[in-house]
Amino acid sequence: MWKFLLPFAAFVALAAVFALGLNPKRDIHALPSPLIGKPAPAIALTDVMDPAKAVNNAAFKGQVYIVNVWGTWCEACREEQDALLAISQQHVVPIIGLVYMDQRDKAKQWLEQLGNPYTAVAFDADGRTAINWGVYGAPETFLVDGKGRVIFKFISPITAEVWQQEFLPRIAAARAGA
Amino acid sequence: MTIARRFGAPLAAWCVALVWSASALPTNSLGAEQGPVDAYGQLKNPVLEARFEHITKDLRCLVCQNESIADSNVELAGDLRRQVREMLVAGKSDDAIFAFMTDRYGDFVRFNPALSAKTWLIWGSPFIALMLGVIIIVRIVRTRSRMPLDDDPAAESHPAP
Repeated sequence: MWKFLLPFAAFVALAAVFALGLNPKRDIHALPSPLIGKPAPAIALTDVMDPAKAVNNAAFKGQVYIVNVWGTWCEACREEQDALLAISQQHVVPIIGLVYMDQRDKAKQWLEQLGNPYTAVAFDADGRTAINWGVYGAPETFLVDGKGRVIFKFISPITAEVWQQEFLPRIAAARAGA
Repeated sequence: MTIARRFGAPLAAWCVALVWSASALPTNSLGAEQGPVDAYGQLKNPVLEARFEHITKDLRCLVCQNESIADSNVELAGDLRRQVREMLVAGKSDDAIFAFMTDRYGDFVRFNPALSAKTWLIWGSPFIALMLGVIIIVRIVRTRSRMPLDDDPAAESHPAP
């Protein structure tokens, strides 16, 4: 009995591993963030549009908000832009932009041409803030709850569907829990 | 632009150093430059530089996941090398630097992750596989030892029908 069951079980296990590996929806570059459940790292930078203006995420404490990391060099961010503009029209949560590995002028031009979905856009000139957030690409989007904790990280462009399925329920839950 | 940023500065520094060392060679008065890093971007303190190499070889570049940040040319790897260098100069221990990285990027950032509840399987799986192999071999040997030998005279005394 075991003689047949054991190889069969091994085959099923291997097939399951391969199925997981071949799943086209799985992003092999998406890594779990160790920041989940931890206090959101500080953002204390200047505004892309106005270097004299400070952007500080401490000002958003007590609110559920989103931090969206992007750069003009990032093609997927261009894809995401339309969805973000639509999301910003819903006025659900403040969206803080974090410009990463980029030039101020280019980022400014991007926002002027394509529209600005952000409540505030911070310019990370030396990448130090991004390191504190564990950013390793763009776009990356973090959800921070009312207690100032990171509760979710999404790696890949946000779409209307992702917003509906991944963000809205978590935002509602964070507000209910706060 | 990125190329210029990545190679421009070291190249320029190298040329300057070459010309300068040639002109100043007889007097050997290469005055110590300020700061902990030399013209090549290496730490002047050889002990720190050795630790720097050891640490950066164990940190994965998350953009090109099979390269270490010591080998990678990606901008993020450069930023992380700068971070490691600064922490070394600030007198931070290797453990503190690795903890800084894993707190932000997770255990995956290390090629040799520390043994923990989450990583024991990575370290333990070779031994588990070895144990399984031993068990299988022992079972095969035991079953075979119970079988009659091919040249067993007792077996020959019963000719095949």
